[in-house]
Amino acid sequence: MIDFLRNEKNHKFVVPLLSVLFGFLAGAIIMIITGINPLEGYRALVKGVVGNPRKFGEWFVASSPLIFTGLSVAFGFRTGLFNIGAEGQLIVGSFAAVVVGIFVDVPAYIHLPLVLMSAAVAGALWGFVPGFLKAKYKVHEVVVTIMMNYSALHLINYAIKALPGSTKTRSVDILPSASLSSEFLSNITNHSRLHWGFLIAVLGAIVFWFIIERTTFGYELRSVGFNPTASEYAGMKVNRNIILSMMISGAFAGLAGAMISVGTFDYARVIASAEGYGFDGIAVALLGNNSGFAIIISGMLFGALKAGSSAMALASVPKEIGHIIMAFIVLFAAMNYGIKRFLARLGKEEK
Amino acid sequence: MEYIIEMLNIRKEFPGIVANDNITLQVKPGEIHALLGENGAGKSTLMSVLFGLYQPEAGEIKVRGENVNITDPNIANGLGIGMVHQHFKLVHNFTVTENIILGQEPTENGRINTQKAAKEIKELSKKYGLDVDPSAKIEDITVGMQQRVEILKMLYRNAEILIFDEPTAVLTPQEISELMDIMRRLVKEGKSIILITHKLKEIKAVADRCTIIRRGKYIDTVDVEDASEEVLASLMVGREVSFVVEKEDANPKESVLKITGLVVKDSRDLNAVNGLCLEVRAGEILGIAGVDGNGQSELIEALTGLRKIESGKIELLGHDVTNTNVRKRTEIGLGHIPQDRHKHGLVLDFKLAENLVLQTYYMQPYSKNGILNAEEIKKKAQELIDEFDVRSGQGIETTTRAMSGGNQQKAIVAREIDRSPKLLIAGQPTRGLDVGAIEFIHKKLIEERDKGKAVLLVSLELDEIMNVSDRIAVIYEGKIVGVVEAQKATEQQLGLMMAGSTTDKEEGDRK
Repeated sequence: MIDFLRNEKNHKFVVPLLSVLFGFLAGAIIMIITGINPLEGYRALVKGVVGNPRKFGEWFVASSPLIFTGLSVAFGFRTGLFNIGAEGQLIVGSFAAVVVGIFVDVPAYIHLPLVLMSAAVAGALWGFVPGFLKAKYKVHEVVVTIMMNYSALHLINYAIKALPGSTKTRSVDILPSASLSSEFLSNITNHSRLHWGFLIAVLGAIVFWFIIERTTFGYELRSVGFNPTASEYAGMKVNRNIILSMMISGAFAGLAGAMISVGTFDYARVIASAEGYGFDGIAVALLGNNSGFAIIISGMLFGALKAGSSAMALASVPKEIGHIIMAFIVLFAAMNYGIKRFLARLGKEEK
Repeated sequence: MEYIIEMLNIRKEFPGIVANDNITLQVKPGEIHALLGENGAGKSTLMSVLFGLYQPEAGEIKVRGENVNITDPNIANGLGIGMVHQHFKLVHNFTVTENIILGQEPTENGRINTQKAAKEIKELSKKYGLDVDPSAKIEDITVGMQQRVEILKMLYRNAEILIFDEPTAVLTPQEISELMDIMRRLVKEGKSIILITHKLKEIKAVADRCTIIRRGKYIDTVDVEDASEEVLASLMVGREVSFVVEKEDANPKESVLKITGLVVKDSRDLNAVNGLCLEVRAGEILGIAGVDGNGQSELIEALTGLRKIESGKIELLGHDVTNTNVRKRTEIGLGHIPQDRHKHGLVLDFKLAENLVLQTYYMQPYSKNGILNAEEIKKKAQELIDEFDVRSGQGIETTTRAMSGGNQQKAIVAREIDRSPKLLIAGQPTRGLDVGAIEFIHKKLIEERDKGKAVLLVSLELDEIMNVSDRIAVIYEGKIVGVVEAQKATEQQLGLMMAGSTTDKEEGDRK
């Protein structure tokens, strides 16, 4: 067992698993301190996620956008960019999907792809701005993307209200042909809001992996991200690649928006403040080691905490406990170097 | 006390590699002890063990005769061990004084007494002949000066045993001889020095004794006086090394590169290359000699497409490539071993295999329709590391950053030569390498020449230029001041030309 833990080849999945384990342990300690039985708390959490088919469905509903924002942030990381702007790209993506969903009237087999594509394109365009400013004027993307988040929030809130038929809080419903929701999925999960988005998220992870690992395009993007001067030496178009990386990252976030607007709700909502999907995406990417398939798993985990925390509240466990656990998991995931060292030293004392 | 430092039977392993295998190093008080080995032999690892950066798997360390357990650099500092790292660890926008006292600031009621510190530093620098300005900012002083700050940092912390990790790699010849003087002075004042290097000349110049390690194993400890450079070299490499490059006479053919009236600006917007004309022919090695900063870097960057050209013309194999982009030039037949392997030559976070296809990844068979062919890439990479003897912990899967400098360089040379370019531009191809690797790279350059390729060699090492080139062009203030046949050139004559004297326009000069 100790040898298994010490072996560096296994660290790739042992370290994230330990981060999660430690996160839940720390959550348990917090619960004890605040006078809650952690067993009760976690029982409520588990019941809130898989307690009945409906909750099971809602788990997947909560996870899909997180997987996409995770992919968005991870794509940035893999290509040398820190995309803090997934939140804003998500907002414009969700809006673009709804607009196409309301105003374009075509059969579903055209409409749905068109809706998704417009969400991706909107996210990509929102990503183009920081990408262009970085490539052309060396403006750091973190600054620009944060500002773009606020612009997106307020601009889109205004735009939603300006759509014909909108109320102060929401737009009209999209046409059924534009919706990801499915009666079939809803029925088998006891009328949850489960929609096809989860499959699209898995598809997104596959596309992510394929671009990054298997294509010359991904090779160039990674090369430019790691070392722009060496990429220039090798004859790559450095500036173009920086912009493209940011746009693809934005496209993933835009699709996360579509998950929410044409999957979960089927209409656009005026929101008071950012809902945190973009920042959660950073956590998902971090825990998922920026790799496509691990992000599905880490997205599911954070989705479970998100979906389950309201169930915890019903069992009189404050729902902030869920957030605290997420925070601890992120903390431990960020401490991966320390955990690796700890593992490497395991069992040495006994010698 | 016979030895001030004893490292006995040290063993240190990394995944896939035994970096130190039963190595013993014993340093006497007041001596300069050289630690000699090829790139990647395990010198830096051994010193990191002594400095507490790594924990050894086996062996013991004694300082002043007492067993010690150095688990972190603070303990090493406490024992009077100080290290000047190859890459300096200085805060660039701090002054010299601030850098030296960092972590040990003399305070008065919670305030730093900079004046007192500056005075102490002045005294120290006087005592050891280390000329620095305590109030200058690090970013404003030369590399040689920065190194002195590192040395002063150790002295300020009362270090008795000073470790120099390849201290001359970044210095100019002038600075090197100054450093040698400083080292002699330090020893005279009672310090002991461990000098990590692979440069035999330096060992002969300053060291008293020398411990040689090869591929992680202890080979021998010798008195430097009794050992010739040849003996040291063969101990280090494990075979006879020839210092003279053996080659047939050149057989130059058609013109491959023709430069006319080239003007290139440097980053300060001054004309670094200023009306330069030059021709390189197939089947010859043209060496460019010159003092650093006379336009060599800008010339290479202009030729390879990395820097914009103000005016003039570059012809490569009959194509006018003056305004052609990097990739097009590469495809016409240009190979480039860049001067700065970390900046241009490699993507350090890539695996070795990925770096070996950095110029060819988009071509068949390494990819098709934009899809990489991992099998072909691995096959090629394996072939190259076998042929060029590129050593690393996990072969082609190694992250390039984790490889030693020499092996990184060999990887670049392998990649560029394997494409068999019609013109190979080599910018200081052997900088920082050990004699074995230098010999190897020189042989490869000559092989390319014999295959009828043109080679343009730019180097600051005059020995290298004179040994390898067929013709030597001397660059001074962005112009070629003369071209001479290498066989007839003397060091003195070249030295004069490098200082700007244009009296020597010989028959080789066709301008």
